[in-house]
Amino acid sequence: MKTIKLLSLMATAALLITSCSDDDDAGPEEINEEEVITTMHVTLTPQQGDTITLQSQDLDGDGPDAPVITVSGNLAANTTYEGEIELLNETESPAEDITEEVEEEGLDHQFVFVSTGSIATVDYDDVDAGGNPVGLEFILTTGDAGDATLAITLRHEPTKPNDGTLSGAGGETDFAQTFPLIVE
Amino acid sequence: MYLKTLFTIILSGFAPLMMTAQDCSYSLSGTVMDYHSKDALVGATVSVIGSKKAVLSNLDGSYRLNGLCAGYIELEVFHPECPTLIIPLNIEENQVYDIKLEHHLEELDEVKVVGNSIADQTNSALEETLHLNELEIYSAGTIGDALKEISGVSSLNTGANIVKPTIHGLNGSRVLILNDGVRMQDMEWGDEHAPNIDVNAARSVSVVKGAAALQYGGDAIGGTIVVDPGRIPQIDSLYGKTMLTGSYNGRGGNLTSELTKSYNNGWFVSGQGSFKRLGDHETPDYVLSNTGVKEAAASVQLGKHLFTSGWDVRYSFFNTELAVLRASHIGNVDDLIRAINSGEPQTIEPFTYDLENPRQKVTHHLAKLKYYNRFEGIGKWTAQYDFQRNRRFEYDIRRGEANNQASIDLLLTTHTFSTDFKWDAKEQFHLQFGILGRYQENFPNPETEVRRLIPDYQKWDVGSFLLGEYRVNDALFLDVGVRYDFTNVAAQKFFQKSRWAERGYDTEFQDLIIRDTGSQYLVNPVFDFHNVTATVGGKYTVSNNGNLRFNYTLAQRAPNPSELFSDGLHHSAARIELGDLRMKSETSHKIAASLEKKYAGWGWTVEPYANFINDFIFLEPTGAEYTNRGAFPVWEYNQTDARLLGLDVMAFSNWSDQWSTEHQFSIVKGKDREADAPLIYMPPANFRNKLVFSKPSWKSFEASLESQYVFQQNEVPGNITVFSPEQQEEVEVAINTAPETYHLMAFTSKLEFPFHKGTKLTTSLSVHNLFNTSFRDYLNRQRYFADDLGRNITLQLKFNY
Repeated sequence: MKTIKLLSLMATAALLITSCSDDDDAGPEEINEEEVITTMHVTLTPQQGDTITLQSQDLDGDGPDAPVITVSGNLAANTTYEGEIELLNETESPAEDITEEVEEEGLDHQFVFVSTGSIATVDYDDVDAGGNPVGLEFILTTGDAGDATLAITLRHEPTKPNDGTLSGAGGETDFAQTFPLIVE
Repeated sequence: MYLKTLFTIILSGFAPLMMTAQDCSYSLSGTVMDYHSKDALVGATVSVIGSKKAVLSNLDGSYRLNGLCAGYIELEVFHPECPTLIIPLNIEENQVYDIKLEHHLEELDEVKVVGNSIADQTNSALEETLHLNELEIYSAGTIGDALKEISGVSSLNTGANIVKPTIHGLNGSRVLILNDGVRMQDMEWGDEHAPNIDVNAARSVSVVKGAAALQYGGDAIGGTIVVDPGRIPQIDSLYGKTMLTGSYNGRGGNLTSELTKSYNNGWFVSGQGSFKRLGDHETPDYVLSNTGVKEAAASVQLGKHLFTSGWDVRYSFFNTELAVLRASHIGNVDDLIRAINSGEPQTIEPFTYDLENPRQKVTHHLAKLKYYNRFEGIGKWTAQYDFQRNRRFEYDIRRGEANNQASIDLLLTTHTFSTDFKWDAKEQFHLQFGILGRYQENFPNPETEVRRLIPDYQKWDVGSFLLGEYRVNDALFLDVGVRYDFTNVAAQKFFQKSRWAERGYDTEFQDLIIRDTGSQYLVNPVFDFHNVTATVGGKYTVSNNGNLRFNYTLAQRAPNPSELFSDGLHHSAARIELGDLRMKSETSHKIAASLEKKYAGWGWTVEPYANFINDFIFLEPTGAEYTNRGAFPVWEYNQTDARLLGLDVMAFSNWSDQWSTEHQFSIVKGKDREADAPLIYMPPANFRNKLVFSKPSWKSFEASLESQYVFQQNEVPGNITVFSPEQQEEVEVAINTAPETYHLMAFTSKLEFPFHKGTKLTTSLSVHNLFNTSFRDYLNRQRYFADDLGRNITLQLKFNY
C-alpha cells in the first residue's frame, strides 16, 4: 500500500516536471550592451584655423569587426589645440553619452595620452574631485611638420595620482585607440 | 575548572610528550561472520581507525588485535563483498567481539558506503576512496583540495577558492560528480565554476578514473566522483559531531555540525550545516587582494531504510560568495602583457574580509526522493527523482550603477527521474538495468544588460544502461556494460550580425534565424546527440597478495553549452571565446590497467593508462580581434584527435609499529595528434612522499611530514603573438609558459581525547607550505597575476558525541 502511495507521488512529481516547461513562447529579450563604448569623438580646436576631429567607431562592440578610425584633416605645425573627448554608446538609440559617467566617476577614471612624432606635448586640462587630472579635456601642442601618432587610453580604477604614463596609471583598460596623424 | 581542563587538553595537542603513558596491552579477538548465514568470512580487514593496526581474518574467520590501549576505539571492518562497517568500542580489558557483516552484494545500497559499492560494481576500473578522516582535514578548504590526495587527481584552480577536480588530466564536463546519488548540475562547463558541494557533508568520496561507472552517466571521459554522505545504522541512536577549524592564511575558518537520530525500526532523521568565512589570502610576500570567501551549506535527510524496502528524502542547500583576485580583472591584451611581465599583482591592498567585485555568488538547491524495494529471489528495484536549482551571479567591475548589477546571472533548473533494477539472484552473475530521463532549462537573466554568455536553452536527456558482472572463479571477476544516451538541446540565442557572418553561419545555419532585430539575429538552434558508452574489464587475483585489473571503456560526450554557444569577452583571460554550432560529440577510448602487490610490511600499485579521444573539444588561440578597448586574442573551441598517456605509482612501507612512509608519483602526457603539439593544462608530473609517525598509546598521536615536489610542465603549447596597439608592434604573450618546479612541505599532527561513551575530542594542527615558499602553479588560472598561497597554519577541534 505504502509503495503505491509513494509511486503515485513520484508519478505526480514527474508529471509536474513535464507540464511546466514550454511557457516562454515570446522568446528571450534582446540585450543591447549598456556600457560598451562604441565611439570616441575627439575635437581638437586651435586658437585659429581648422578644428580637427578624430573618431574611432566600433558599432559591434566586442564583435569581430574592427573599429573604423577617421581623422578629419591634418594638424597645423607648432599649434596649440584644445582637446575634448566625447564617448558614446551607439548601440542604443538615441546614442547614450558615456562622457558624463566618466566625468561623474572622475576619481575612478583617467585618460592617458601617449604621442610619437610631431606632437610636442599633451597636457591635462581638467581635474577630478580629488584635484587629479581626468583627461576629458586636454591641451595638445604640435611640433614641426611630420608624421605623428596619438594613443588615447581610458583606464578604469587607475592609481591616482600618477605620472601620466600607462604603467604608472595601472588599472584596467576601458578604451584604447591609436590615431595616425599628419602635422603640416 | 572545566575550562582549565579543556585548555590543558588543547595545549597538550601540541606537546605530545607531556602525555602520561597508559596501559596498552589489551587484546581484541573474535570471529568475522556473515550476518545471515553465520558463515565465517575469510580475508576481512579489521583495523583500528587512526592507527596502523590491522589484521586479516583467518580461514575460520577469526581475528586478533594485540597491544590495544584502554579507552574508546573505532574498528573499521572491510571485506570486498560486504559493506564496510565502523564499530565503536570501549576497550577496558581483553575482549572478545564477534563481527557480523552483511555478506550480500545486493544490500550495498542501504547499508554501506557507496565508495566501496562502486569498487564492487566496477571491479576492473581504477578507483580510490577518501575516507572521513582524510576529508576532515579539508574542512575549511574545498572538495577539490581534498581530492588531490588521490593519485592521478589534480585540479584546475582559479585562485584558492575555485578548485575544479581534474582526473587523469581532464576536468569540467568530462568529470561527473555524483552527490548522494544525484548527478550535480551546477554549470560545470566553466573553468571558473567550482563544484557546489560542501566537503563537510561527505562521509567518503570515491573517484573512478574513467567512464567505467556508466550507471551514473555515459560521458564521464575524465572520471566519476562519488560523494557519499554516509549510511545511517539501523539502531536506536543519537549521535553527532561539531568541528571548528581555524586558518591562519585567510584569517578565518569553518564551523560544521551534524546530528543524526536513528531507530532500530529503520527510521532516521539527520541534519548537517557548515559555515565558512575567510578574508584575503596571502602569499609569502603580499596580500592577494579580494580573495575572501563566505560559504554556508546545510542538508536534512529523513527516511526509513529496511532490508526489504525503504525510502528517503533529502534536501541540501549550498551558498557561496567568493571574491576573485582584483588584479586578475583586466581590460585588454596589453593589460595582460603588463600583468605577466610585472611579476606581481597590479593591485595590492591591506588585508580585508570584504568581498568586492569581481566576485561570484552561487546558490545550489538539491532535493531528492528515493524509493527501493526488494523482490525476494529476483533482485532490487530503485527509483529516484531529483530536483536541482542552480543560480549563479558573477559581478564584474563596471561603471556607475551597473557595478551593483551582475554581469552574469544564470538560473539552471534540472529535473531527473531514474530507475534501475538489479537482478542478483545468482551468486556468480549479476545484472543491472536502468533508465533515466532528465529535463534541464537555462535562463540567463537579461537584467544584466550584458550580452548573454550562455543562451536560453532547454535540454532533454534520455539514457539507458545494462551492466553485467560475472564471477568466473574465486580469482577472476569480469564486468561488462553498455549505455546509450540521447540528448536534445534547443536554444534561443542572439548573435551579432557581424559574428554570425564571421563564423560562416550565414551559409550553413541561415534557416535557424527566427527574428532580425537590426543589429542582431535571434537564432533557434536545435541539436540531437546520440552517444554510446561501453565498458569491459576484469579483475584477477594473481596470488594471495596481488591484484591485476584491466579495463577498456568507450565513452562519448555531447558538447556542453559553452562549447556550442560561447560568444564573447572573458575578462579574467583578456580573450574572446567562441563556441561552434557545428560541434560534434567527442569519443574516448580508454585503456587502463592496475597491478597491485601487498607484502608483509609494504606494498605497491602501478596504474598505467591511455586515453585516445577523437574529436576532442578544446579551446585554442586562432587570431586576434580589435575593438575600442584594444586587442584581444581569439580563442575558439575546436575539435582534434587527442591522446593522453599517464602513469600513477603508489607505494607504502611500514618500517616499524610507529613509523611508516607513503609515496606517490603521477605523470600524464597530453598530445594533440592532428597538430602534433602538446595539449594545454595537462597536470605536471608530481612526486609526493610522506613520513608518518603514529603512537596510539599517546592519545592516538599521529604526526606526518609530507613533501610535494611538482615539476615544471615542459610540454606546453606555444605562446601566441598579438599586435599590441600600445607598443605598436607584434608582441609575444607568454600565456603558455609554465611556472618553474616547486617543492612544498606540510606537517600535520593529531591527538584524540575520549571522554564518556562514544564522546571524544580530537585536536589537530597542520601547517601547509611549511617554509613559506613562493611559487606559481601551472594549473592555477591566476598564475599570470600573482603567486600562490603562502604558509597556512590550521588548527582543528572536533567533538564527537
